[in-house]
Amino acid sequence: MSKHGRLLLAALAIVVIGGLIIVPMNFNRYGLYILSQWAVMTIAAMGLNLTLGYAGQVSLAQGAFVGIGAYGAAILTTHGWPLIASLGLVIVICFIVGWLLGYPALRVQHHYLAFVTLAFSTLMFLVFRNESWLTNGIYGISNIPRPEILGFPTRKPLPFYYLCLGSLALVTLAMWWLIRSPWGRAFMALRENPIRAQSLGIDTRRYTLMAFAIGSVLGGIAGVLYAPLTQYVDPVPFNLQLSLDLLMMVIVGGSGFMFGPFLGAMIAVLLPEWLRVAEGYYLMLYALAVIALLIYSPTGILGILDRYLGSRRTQAASALRAAAQSKLEAAQ
Amino acid sequence: MSNLLDLIVAGLATGAIYALVAVGFTLLWQTSQTINFAQGEFVMLPAFLMLAVMHLGAPFWLAVLVGVLLSALLLGLAFKMLLVDPMLRHGVLPLAIATMALAIGIKEAVKQFFSAEASPFPSIVPVGDVSVLGRAISLQSLGVLAVAILAVVGLTTLLNRTSLGHQMQAAAQNPTVARIIGVPVERMILLTFLINAVLVALASLLITPIYLAKFSSGEVLGQAAFIAAIVGGFNQVRGAIAGGLLIGVVDNLAAAYVSTQYRAAVPMVLLILVILFRPQGLLGRAEERTV
Repeated sequence: MSKHGRLLLAALAIVVIGGLIIVPMNFNRYGLYILSQWAVMTIAAMGLNLTLGYAGQVSLAQGAFVGIGAYGAAILTTHGWPLIASLGLVIVICFIVGWLLGYPALRVQHHYLAFVTLAFSTLMFLVFRNESWLTNGIYGISNIPRPEILGFPTRKPLPFYYLCLGSLALVTLAMWWLIRSPWGRAFMALRENPIRAQSLGIDTRRYTLMAFAIGSVLGGIAGVLYAPLTQYVDPVPFNLQLSLDLLMMVIVGGSGFMFGPFLGAMIAVLLPEWLRVAEGYYLMLYALAVIALLIYSPTGILGILDRYLGSRRTQAASALRAAAQSKLEAAQ
Repeated sequence: MSNLLDLIVAGLATGAIYALVAVGFTLLWQTSQTINFAQGEFVMLPAFLMLAVMHLGAPFWLAVLVGVLLSALLLGLAFKMLLVDPMLRHGVLPLAIATMALAIGIKEAVKQFFSAEASPFPSIVPVGDVSVLGRAISLQSLGVLAVAILAVVGLTTLLNRTSLGHQMQAAAQNPTVARIIGVPVERMILLTFLINAVLVALASLLITPIYLAKFSSGEVLGQAAFIAAIVGGFNQVRGAIAGGLLIGVVDNLAAAYVSTQYRAAVPMVLLILVILFRPQGLLGRAEERTV
């Protein structure tokens, strides 16, 4: 990218980040709740983007990991654990379960893998609903406390929103680093051509499992934030629909693009709220908008941008070539 | 023991309906790599179309006729032309996501334009019991089973015994060669979409009297059909039929003998085991596409 373009991008990033910090200051309770939810869902979708977009493994279980995280945080914090400690335990659990869930991916691919993970999602939902001794069944767990971060209480909506935003920033930085690390390159090699990746000495087995495990951990982190956000956890939000929604976020935003999940979560969380003026029709309009977008650009929102930049680059290159051509001819 | 027989017959009846839906699902997959996440909603919708026509004062038989035609038009022709055709060349996943959105759209449309409540639906089979070997067996179960078997036999005869069926199989197995030998591949693909639309309308007609017409009833049904299709074999019509019957029976037995809480887990565990140990399905053959 040119120096000019990079400056423009940095300016855009500063405006967006500044906007996310300053603008919500005079939002009401509900607005902050929705925006916090956007940040939480973005984290979960980033995890799925790693598994699906970068490593190419279809998963319909991300919602289940958000559920594991939410229940983990809900159960432990209502028993007096600090949130950060329950986060640690949830990360360990999600890593192990995600790793194990990756094993089917070593045997089957594509739609088969989608259905194994779908079955896992449904099984986890049944566990949340039926194991009342642990999860309090359909009655759910209420009065989940919001944490104190470095002595600052986050009971009020605005500080809690900043906690969600800060976590999103940390996860984004970690992801940014991961994608550029040799691991990130290995994930992409796995997506593009697993056989070639293996012949180049990449342990595809280990990286497949790793892609699942790390993606699942991000789902768990999102869940740990979800529990104190809603302060009430019951099985219903973690049914299969959440996994489908997260998959939709990744594809609609642009799978395999770093910032795809941000836009995808915006469409899935904020668009229905904006469409509420249409009352009973709002989810219908939302569905139509998603279908229309996917017909227009099956690679998602960032796919449109990518195509635009690609064609501009081609134009610039051919302009340079034409200039060089005429210079060459003049010299001869 | 006699209780077991009742459970199996009832399970076969539901399973036969799952089979109809699963067959349509595999047909779409084979001819055009469409994983239709809205298949359950496709079953839910025709019942409401028929109810709407009946509200206009039409008799039941006319409503059924119009419902099937509308279903072929909307869920067959329009679905293919407006959604599948523009997206197909971009791979399986975006199209699958689009059908997920379509499922939300259909559900919400029914909730908004018809009703959020469950509505009763007239049965095509008279209610009552019939005595078989001294056992009372629900007439409805037998009727559903009979209609579903007829439909499946009709479909397999069409596919295996007629020239049209052979052309459809050729279009599914190798579109390029089929085109070279003069099979109108595009028309054959359209035909599978129409067949799917008629199958879901039929399934709708059979299942709605039992479970009532409700906007959300497609979710469970769609999932059962997916599982049936995968368990039986994603690339085989007879696999989907066997899978449907199996899931219907297993589901019913699990409800009676496992626990009502974990009944839904049994088909899922079955699904995971089949995928891991026999990914081509119980009756499927590996890496081969046939109708």
